[in-house]
Amino acid sequence: MNKLGVALAAALLLSAGCTGQSGNGSSPTTLTYWASNQGSSLDNDRQVLQPELEEFTKQTGITVKLEVVPWPDLLNRILAAATSGQGPDVINIGNTWAASLQATGAFAPFDDSALNGLGGAQRFLAGSLAATGAAGQTRTSVPLYGLAYGLFYNKKLFREAGIGQPPTTWEELTADAKRLTHGDQWGLAVEGSSITENAHHAFILGQQYGSDLFDASGKPQFDTPQQVAAVRQYLEFMGTDKVVNPSNAEYGNGTQALHDLATGKAGMVLWQGNAETVLKANGMSPEDYGVAPMPFPQPTPADGKHINSLVAGINLAVFANSGNKDGAMRFVKFLTSAEEQRKLNKSFGTLPVVQDAYQDPAFQSPAIKSFQQVLAGSAAPLPQIAQESQFETTVGGAIKDLFAQIAGGKPVGDAEIRAALSAAQQKMATGG
Amino acid sequence: MAERGRVSGKALPYLFLLPALLLELLVHVLPMLVGVGMSLLKLTQFFLRNWSAAPFAGLSNYTVALDFNGAVGGALLHSFAVTLAFTVLVVAGSWLLGFTAAFLVQGQRRGRGLLRTLFLVPYALPAYAAVITWSFLFQRDTGLVNGVLADLHLVGAGDRPFWLLGGNSFLAVLVVALWRTWPFAFLVLTSGMQAIPHDLYEAAALDGATMRQQVRRVMLPLLRPVNQVLLVVLFLWTFNDFNTPYVLFGAGAPAEADLLSVHIYQNSFLTWNFGLGSAMSVLLLVFLSLATGLYLRSRRVR
Repeated sequence: MNKLGVALAAALLLSAGCTGQSGNGSSPTTLTYWASNQGSSLDNDRQVLQPELEEFTKQTGITVKLEVVPWPDLLNRILAAATSGQGPDVINIGNTWAASLQATGAFAPFDDSALNGLGGAQRFLAGSLAATGAAGQTRTSVPLYGLAYGLFYNKKLFREAGIGQPPTTWEELTADAKRLTHGDQWGLAVEGSSITENAHHAFILGQQYGSDLFDASGKPQFDTPQQVAAVRQYLEFMGTDKVVNPSNAEYGNGTQALHDLATGKAGMVLWQGNAETVLKANGMSPEDYGVAPMPFPQPTPADGKHINSLVAGINLAVFANSGNKDGAMRFVKFLTSAEEQRKLNKSFGTLPVVQDAYQDPAFQSPAIKSFQQVLAGSAAPLPQIAQESQFETTVGGAIKDLFAQIAGGKPVGDAEIRAALSAAQQKMATGG
Repeated sequence: MAERGRVSGKALPYLFLLPALLLELLVHVLPMLVGVGMSLLKLTQFFLRNWSAAPFAGLSNYTVALDFNGAVGGALLHSFAVTLAFTVLVVAGSWLLGFTAAFLVQGQRRGRGLLRTLFLVPYALPAYAAVITWSFLFQRDTGLVNGVLADLHLVGAGDRPFWLLGGNSFLAVLVVALWRTWPFAFLVLTSGMQAIPHDLYEAAALDGATMRQQVRRVMLPLLRPVNQVLLVVLFLWTFNDFNTPYVLFGAGAPAEADLLSVHIYQNSFLTWNFGLGSAMSVLLLVFLSLATGLYLRSRRVR
């Protein structure tokens, strides 16, 4: 027997693999930074970040080793680093994972004095700062980039179809999408294989339909009638409305739906604000597309909330066993400074998370304003509880399977949706 | 030089074996034991940094994994069945292809080297590069497979099949695994055939044996030891194959092609429950040990 159980081998290999590239030696003059993929490609991220890292080196004498980690790998890499105790010094995390990762104890806490060192809590946008860890516990991350969901539409296709205004209700969106759907062209594009996107939409629509994913004691309740209705709303675009290309069930790398919008294969996409960089890379300039807030159901369902985005964004965390915590904190201060917030968020098409960066005219454009308003007024943070990341993987995965069934021509109704969500809930119960 | 004061002659061979033994313990036995240990813990995200603090779970991870009426156990059983079917088909297919190719190439003089090299290409390619190429080929709208089918008018523009979703995904992963595995069977069978002295065939031919009889009565019996090892190795590799399904489908494989190794990975990494994942791994280990042991016993090979 020379074959071991795969999960075990994978766990050991992953932890071993990370030892090789760990940067948390005790040298006070170097830092390792794992950045998430914000730009149109990993290379694009490197090009944006490298000059700023050099600027940091100039100011402090600390060299920063940069690695840009693609989204599909980021959570696993963080987990492996947490398990093995070998990892980078400073890291980017999706802010929806903040509480889950806080529970691992892998990150250094940001107490009040640490936050004061960054200019104090009042400098940060309240919504973004709320998504940095579970309530009542010392936060283990601070906001870096702010993001919100919106509706992106192709202006040319809208003109051709005679649609003057972007839709504000799901009914209008479906009607518009039907007018946009003909031949090779589709009304809406989704990433049906993306576990994260599916989970985000399940949450946002769930809020609109009055669903609470977890009860007061923190127990998952995914198969409520409200949540089933929310998921059905999302799946129907491909299922009964037929305004989404069934091929979208295969999409999942975070660029395919935007590619379809940019190339005129799809009229609309529901996406986070950072779509801009990918659209630009696909040859679509800002005047060719419009941005509007994500629609609402009409009439408002009972218990429905006026929510059309999650408080999305990227947080910065410092690894608890960093050998250069002092340098790491200085780096966090640098990245959250007004100057760097302006530069980085401008390049990535994201929103600054500190008030004092908004004076820049770059953040006065209609698109940015629209996202800013959503983030300030109608965005809800995903539940900041330890099981959040399991919610994303189980529910997002269930919706991925449902999309695959629809694409394969099988009918998916309330019964199928409820069964899939119940199974996801059962799997949650076996996890943390 | 005096022998006294040195290691006695009897102990010396064992001393030479010691480094290998230690490495064996370190590389194989220890991780297995760690895995068994993990499977008895409730090892979730709260204890990732400090495994020793994880509460003892007893056999509860095993109960969950083996409760085939529950969501987790039911999915595991389904995945096991899919993997078994997949393994049987890949091993049988690889052996048949490998045997046919080795048989046809062995009589050939001209171009034999070239053919052999060509056949070995899938085996020599890095798994990731090879499989990601297949995943491009299998895309519904832009993939070459559907492109060719459409050009041949076998499918219409509107009803292009999905290869990476739904029932076809099993076929897709089967084809890729076969493509990757058969060269190994070819390689082993070729060397096995070369070891058979040519005189035996000549003698058989003199006795009036047809080509078919030569294969059945001379070649196959002499290949028996080779085949035994080959089948065990192919079985273990295929049953445990992680790269092919993972690169082809990503972390969330479609239910129809939900192979066990990726399934276990998903249960530990995506839901952050490493105790449950380890329990499943131990069950896999037990099954593979039993299957291999029984097979070798029935063949009376030690």
